[in-house]
Amino acid sequence: MSDLESFRSEVKSWIEDNLPASLKGAGARALTDEGDASIWGGKRVKWTNPDAKLWLERMGAKGWTAPTWPTQYGGGGLTAAEARVLEQELGRAKAPPALASFGIWMLGPVLLEYANEEQKMEHLPKIVRGEIRWCQGYSEPGAGSDLAGLRTQCVDEGDHYLINGSKIWTSYANHADWIFCLVRTDNTKKHEGISFILFDMTSPGVETRPIKLISGNSPFCETFFTDVKVPKANLVGKLNGGWDIAKRLLQYERQNISSGGFGGGGGYDLQDAAKDYVGLENGKIADADLRARIAAHKMDAQAFALTVRRLQEEAKTQKGPSPATSIIKYAAAKLNQDRTELLVEAMGSQGLGWDGEGYSPAEIMAMRGLLRAKGNSIEGGTSEVNLNVVSKRVLGLLDHQ
Amino acid sequence: MAVFTEEQTMLRDAAKAWVAEKSPVTTFRKLRDGGNADGFDRAVWREMAQMGWAGILVPEEFGGTELGCLTLGIVLEETGRTLTASPLLSTALIAASALVLGGTDAQKQQWLPGIADGSAVAAFAVDEGAHHHPEKLAMTKALTGTKTFVAEGGAADLVIVATKDGLFLVRGDAKGLARRRLSSVDSRGLARLTFDRAEGESLSASLDQVLDRARAGLAAEMLGTAAQAFEITLDYLKTRTQFGQLIGTFQSLQHRAAKMYTELELTRSCVEAALIAIDKGANDVPQLVALAKAKASETLHLVSNEMIQMHGGIGMTDAHDAGLYLKRARVAEAMYGGASYHRDRYASLMGY
Repeated sequence: MSDLESFRSEVKSWIEDNLPASLKGAGARALTDEGDASIWGGKRVKWTNPDAKLWLERMGAKGWTAPTWPTQYGGGGLTAAEARVLEQELGRAKAPPALASFGIWMLGPVLLEYANEEQKMEHLPKIVRGEIRWCQGYSEPGAGSDLAGLRTQCVDEGDHYLINGSKIWTSYANHADWIFCLVRTDNTKKHEGISFILFDMTSPGVETRPIKLISGNSPFCETFFTDVKVPKANLVGKLNGGWDIAKRLLQYERQNISSGGFGGGGGYDLQDAAKDYVGLENGKIADADLRARIAAHKMDAQAFALTVRRLQEEAKTQKGPSPATSIIKYAAAKLNQDRTELLVEAMGSQGLGWDGEGYSPAEIMAMRGLLRAKGNSIEGGTSEVNLNVVSKRVLGLLDHQ
Repeated sequence: MAVFTEEQTMLRDAAKAWVAEKSPVTTFRKLRDGGNADGFDRAVWREMAQMGWAGILVPEEFGGTELGCLTLGIVLEETGRTLTASPLLSTALIAASALVLGGTDAQKQQWLPGIADGSAVAAFAVDEGAHHHPEKLAMTKALTGTKTFVAEGGAADLVIVATKDGLFLVRGDAKGLARRRLSSVDSRGLARLTFDRAEGESLSASLDQVLDRARAGLAAEMLGTAAQAFEITLDYLKTRTQFGQLIGTFQSLQHRAAKMYTELELTRSCVEAALIAIDKGANDVPQLVALAKAKASETLHLVSNEMIQMHGGIGMTDAHDAGLYLKRARVAEAMYGGASYHRDRYASLMGY
């Protein structure tokens, strides 16, 4: 048996022994009070299923919530090939993800690259175990696509920094324990005046206010900082050197929000919805035009999945994500918008419900999903910004003079 | 691109170098203007065979290397870049596959060495009407009827014929076979073949299996054609000046270029996945091939149109290569089923 195959059997029996029975095949079932299937961990989590907590503790102890991170920082220390095996076996067992985490997807990879040893030892193990939930302080009311126009002030007060300003579209800031934040440390320069800093969301002077979206949900917040004191040791990398870290993190963000696909696999499958609501004639979806568009979408989705896998395999021979990952974010946003639109269309007028009787939960979820998906081409870099990134960094086209 | 073996990387580099030196687009243009009746140059084909490309699917005992479809796809992609006209697809991929998958020992002995050394040219005759409907073929084992849209059909020494009774092998000079060369828009060697109780031998390979290899190979060639058309266009965006600016600095063109790049990357994943699945004998070959051929058709369609539009007036002239790419694109898109055929097939395969 090859090393990889013996690792596979080891993983299989570990999952068999450690995945709590109530979670087997849990799929999209709600596991926390936030109403989604994701376990975000952190200090404020309210567990509705104690087995989900147990599953996180067991996975975290193995370091398998961050399979490829080095073991000295709590990670699994697996090779990319072993991590793939782990992922396959968790999928086969229909195990729910033990942890959803901005710490794992975005912050951890840049800390590994840019942080000092003390910072890595302090933050990475807690991320792996899901003990601290992070949020991302990037966008500001005046700095969206033009992110480097951010104005949140960070002033050196000798023995600490003092932060004043506000962020917007801070995902789940109201549930987060800590924030990784872009701040302005030099007002005379644009990109070279930005620093990357970490601080505790319970610090005096931090306030969060959820924003209600067209979907009725509030996944994002406005976040306000008034004279927030931050220890100087919390600066990551060099003073005024934050923009490189910020861009690097965005690459991880775009890769991660997309490689799983926006919206995930939960909910009604498109072809099943079409069969149920439109019906089949001679084995084909009765509406030929809709059938053709569903097929085209499904093919795009498969082409996308094959591309994500190909880029991952190629990335093993390179260092970190390539700028080509920007096409992944762009394509993923379009795919999820197409999928949610087609799902609502397939459901006909039953897809047009908002709430209450007369509509099934799946029907409501379809419309809420359509509305939520409109943000996919805005959040994490608009589709237009991503096309700019591809044009400039991948294709080498120049800025307009 | 997929993670290649060292051998595949060397082969790709050799193909790239050969194409650049021996078969740039000007070679194809000369062939077109010279009125070559075969639609390809036999001397060039023998040279390609000497590079080992004609025998990539042929077992070693018959003079080949048996390196597989992904490897042959790598070469097809490179030759597709410069519109190299050759029987690489019809002979080295399709006929070799039909013989390897379903030939008797005697048939293999008779044809495979000639395929590998470039002396035998083959064609694959499938379509009977204006559209690709291999499920509804009229021709039977009686080998009577008409086949059209047959690549290298005019020059072929042997023809693999698809019938409702399976595949047949018919010699190019067989009694009962008449052929008429078609002057198609891409100036390749297309022909219409008329069979009247032609002499032929049965081949035991399945039509679907051979067709799927043909489609995947063609998709690889189309990927190369589209990639090159895109690169030529991108170069133009970086050199053409208007309003005192490089036109590549205009955001409307940048975004369209980025979208083309995205489609090319998606297409590459599909093409490589289909070829790898064929080599592995995977269960999902039909689905992946439908995906690859549909995506390659859509992407080449898009890029060939944008190539003309982004070049402006010069792109409309016969002196520019854009027209050559557009013409080849439309033929390749339709051959062995276009995007709408393969979308329909994909939906049926998935059970809806």
